[in-house]
Amino acid sequence: MSDLINTCPIQLTDAGQLRHCLTTEGLPRSLLTEILDTADSFVDMSEQQVKKVPLLRGKTVVNLFFEASTRTLSTFELAAKRLSADVLNLNISTSSTKKGETLKDTLMTLRAMHSDMFVVRHSDSGAAHFIASQVTPDVAVINAGDGRHAHPTQAMLDMLTIRRHKGEFEPLKVAIVGDILHSRVARSQIHALRTLGAAEIRVIAPLTLLPRNIESMGVKVFTDMARGLRDVDVVMMLRLQKERMDSALLPSESEFYKLYGLTTDKLAFAHPEAIVMHPGPINRGVEIESAVADGPRSVILDQVTNGIAVRMAVMSMAMSGQLADKNTQPDADNLNA
Amino acid sequence: MLSGTLSVDALLERICSETKAQIDQRHLDTPMMIGIRTGGAWIAEHLHRELGLETPLGVLDISFYRDDFTQVGLNPKVQPSQLPSAVEGRHILLVDDVIMTGRTIRAALNELFDYGRPASVMLITLLDLQRRELPIQADVVGGTLALGADQSIKLNGPDPLTLTIRQRD
Repeated sequence: MSDLINTCPIQLTDAGQLRHCLTTEGLPRSLLTEILDTADSFVDMSEQQVKKVPLLRGKTVVNLFFEASTRTLSTFELAAKRLSADVLNLNISTSSTKKGETLKDTLMTLRAMHSDMFVVRHSDSGAAHFIASQVTPDVAVINAGDGRHAHPTQAMLDMLTIRRHKGEFEPLKVAIVGDILHSRVARSQIHALRTLGAAEIRVIAPLTLLPRNIESMGVKVFTDMARGLRDVDVVMMLRLQKERMDSALLPSESEFYKLYGLTTDKLAFAHPEAIVMHPGPINRGVEIESAVADGPRSVILDQVTNGIAVRMAVMSMAMSGQLADKNTQPDADNLNA
Repeated sequence: MLSGTLSVDALLERICSETKAQIDQRHLDTPMMIGIRTGGAWIAEHLHRELGLETPLGVLDISFYRDDFTQVGLNPKVQPSQLPSAVEGRHILLVDDVIMTGRTIRAALNELFDYGRPASVMLITLLDLQRRELPIQADVVGGTLALGADQSIKLNGPDPLTLTIRQRD
């Protein structure tokens, strides 16, 4: 794992409010709970006739995607629109350019557009953190996935899904299955689960797909599904990135499926009421059997719904933190409505 | 200057009879009562029962519509607004516990209009604390109270409903 940012104090205001959302690592439990509580309100709101609130009216949100993504981009776009923000989607390929120069040039251009928030996805670890360190003080940055480092909103939507199905975290045994080595999602999930007090966090993967020293993150390591899944309450599958196959970390997809694919038979080892999660898009017959993905224990589509709510929560909280920083002196004449 | 706990019975009685009179005088056909969470919803519950209104009671949570959310942050436990039927073309009886700056009512009206265009909106509040910052007035008021700059008031409920005036430190 990159030796980037340990706790990331840049994320918080002096008063402890969220001002950027870069990683779940180092965020206090009270703040994670506040994100979940706020997101709960937005889930309820999304079921109403009017799915839109004016919290970010007049704000401009730029989705800055240096790495292709349909699902994450569209949920961030929808979340921003439901908060009444104006949204600009920029897909910027990094394949042919060097990171530092591109980011700096792009940022200077975007600064001139007076954007209020950047949602950043980048294949380099630390990109969102770098941007957060460069922006002017009233601009919020949300990390939508950086390299192998972090994907905080994905982890928080997973936490919301777990809480809405299972209640408190303390009694829960949670297993994360698949390509842990390359997964920013897994890292963010582990940090969030630890902070929220889950009883036991397990990772299940072949040794070639486990980072060294993963135990130091406070997880139990299993290389065998039957033992790793025993009695767990939550099974979190990861997407197997097919591009990794070329690097000889895995013999073949079918071999992986045989050993680590979540089938009905393997799910039987888990607690009878265990829920099955997957960040999507799912590779049927590679990580997960269709009967499981579409089965009664699957909460994969709930994750999508909750993803919009979590992104609304994080965006409104970060904007609120930014503006609170600016308005520490309450202004009696401040009629902002 | 006032302080301590006050009974709200007399105030409730007054807004109840006054609201009834206003409904008759304005010929409001099947009005729909909506309380603003939390205090306004408690008072609306009481009024709704006393007046025997046919349309079920609605509840508005205006947290997402506040103009000061950047200063006070979001209230993380926002419950969804519940409007039992469409507000389009309806006569609305909007209920809150107190009116002071007028900003809560401004937010409530904005939210209400996101759901449709009411035929009319009548505002009922238990107390008017004055100190208005927006040109918004209640149609029915139980009483007027001038708090000192160092005082605040809180409605306790839902049963029994009492008002507490506190001295701020």
